[in-house]
Amino acid sequence: MRTPRLASVAAAAAVLSLLLSACGGDSGSDVAKVDENAKEQFAPGSRMKELADAGKITVGTKFDQPLFGLKGLSGQPEGFDVEIAKLIAAKLGIDEKGITFVETVSANREPFLEQKKVDMVVATYTINDKRDMVVDFAGPYFSAGQDILVAKGNPKGVKGPEDLTGLKTCSVSGSTPASTIQTKYPQAELVLFDNYTKCRDALGNGQVDAVTTDNVILSGYVDQAPDKFELVGKPFTEEPYGIGIPEGQEAFCDFINKTLAEAQENGDYAKAFESTAGKVIKNTPKLPTPPRGCDK
Amino acid sequence: MDAVLDNLDVFVEGFTTTLSLTLLAAAGALILGTLLAAMRVSPVPPLRWFATLYVQAVRNTPLTVVFFLVVFGLPEVGVIVSFYRFAVVALTIYTAAFVAEAVRSGINSVASGQAEASRSIGMTFSQTLRLVVLPQAFANIVPPLASIFIALLKNTSIAYAFGVFEATQAMNRLINDNGSDVIAIIAAAALAYLLLALLAAALFSRLERAVRPA
Repeated sequence: MRTPRLASVAAAAAVLSLLLSACGGDSGSDVAKVDENAKEQFAPGSRMKELADAGKITVGTKFDQPLFGLKGLSGQPEGFDVEIAKLIAAKLGIDEKGITFVETVSANREPFLEQKKVDMVVATYTINDKRDMVVDFAGPYFSAGQDILVAKGNPKGVKGPEDLTGLKTCSVSGSTPASTIQTKYPQAELVLFDNYTKCRDALGNGQVDAVTTDNVILSGYVDQAPDKFELVGKPFTEEPYGIGIPEGQEAFCDFINKTLAEAQENGDYAKAFESTAGKVIKNTPKLPTPPRGCDK
Repeated sequence: MDAVLDNLDVFVEGFTTTLSLTLLAAAGALILGTLLAAMRVSPVPPLRWFATLYVQAVRNTPLTVVFFLVVFGLPEVGVIVSFYRFAVVALTIYTAAFVAEAVRSGINSVASGQAEASRSIGMTFSQTLRLVVLPQAFANIVPPLASIFIALLKNTSIAYAFGVFEATQAMNRLINDNGSDVIAIIAAAALAYLLLALLAAALFSRLERAVRPA
């Protein structure tokens, strides 16, 4: 029995190392090119000058959001949000080593910004008025829309949110999609978990009838198991993802918007997307224009 | 503070579920835990082994894992009930292990002569336990039970991650809808948990006085 066991251990080790190297290969960002002369460009006393001089920036992002901000085996968060943060940092002359990523879950994004624990938040952060009262938003850098994931074959015939009446609809507690269902489609029976993976599993074994959140997240699940799930494919909200910064930093906000526009221009934006979320979502989006303006 | 006051009904709904989860799981854990303790002191070896295994396995497993096994494991074998019931089951299973140990320590605190005397006058094992040992053990079980049930009250918050709209989930909903008032909402939720826990503590200290041997 010794040989087969050794062989299987060896095989497992080989698979594991393949997996690890596959993951590791993605972690480095080739997109963001650090601007060496950044320090000289900014007016003294500006927020950009402060950050550039410090050579350090603290960024709040999600650690559990596939495609956008997900911290895996590599120990570094990966995803589109992370790449966007790196693009902005690079423009400030800060390389990857100078970026400290801090996990922001939905509930601590505003407090972290208000207490200046982070310099900016890039965390699938939907711009809305209540949030805008306490923080400022640059961007949007991405526009998602809420959609519905159902079991393959769509057994309940869900064509849109109005068909969710009486159906067990799964989302994440404290999220904007959950709140949309709550207020606009209260006939749906909302079931809430703390993350979307649980929703996906619950849909997989029939405990819920549908999962709803931003289409980009749901696409990831269809991609993982096309024989189990399908997307209804009719987004019914607009979720503009913004970059949260502390209030009263208009110049910094303008700088971020300018950086995003440049990245769209020179293709860095598309590259950032394709190296992350674009692996699942085939249509690379353009930067939403115009930016919403920083004086709001 | 407005976000809290305007949404008191959401808080009330959440805490009502927290309370009902706590009470149902406490009742279930009390029954299951007492049975387990009885098994652990019983003269039948397989019962002792089973109860020991149960306590060691469950007590040393994080509650989140117990929830996972119940909520996503049971459906694999065809058991599908509401997430609320799953939560009651998970909390009962988990808390019963702690109750069993509290009851067992109470039983052990009763002088062994009591059990020997009742057996020698012809009482069965269960009569001995029910009529002689447990009533005397009760006074020593109440204090640790208070701690266990207060922990249970707080443990119900794990259910927020498993599809139950209880206090923590209510808090999360309000946080998302009121990004400008996050700290006030969290503080209000913490205060409500604290008040419930203090209330439970007060009830248990009355119970403790009532059962204390004169």
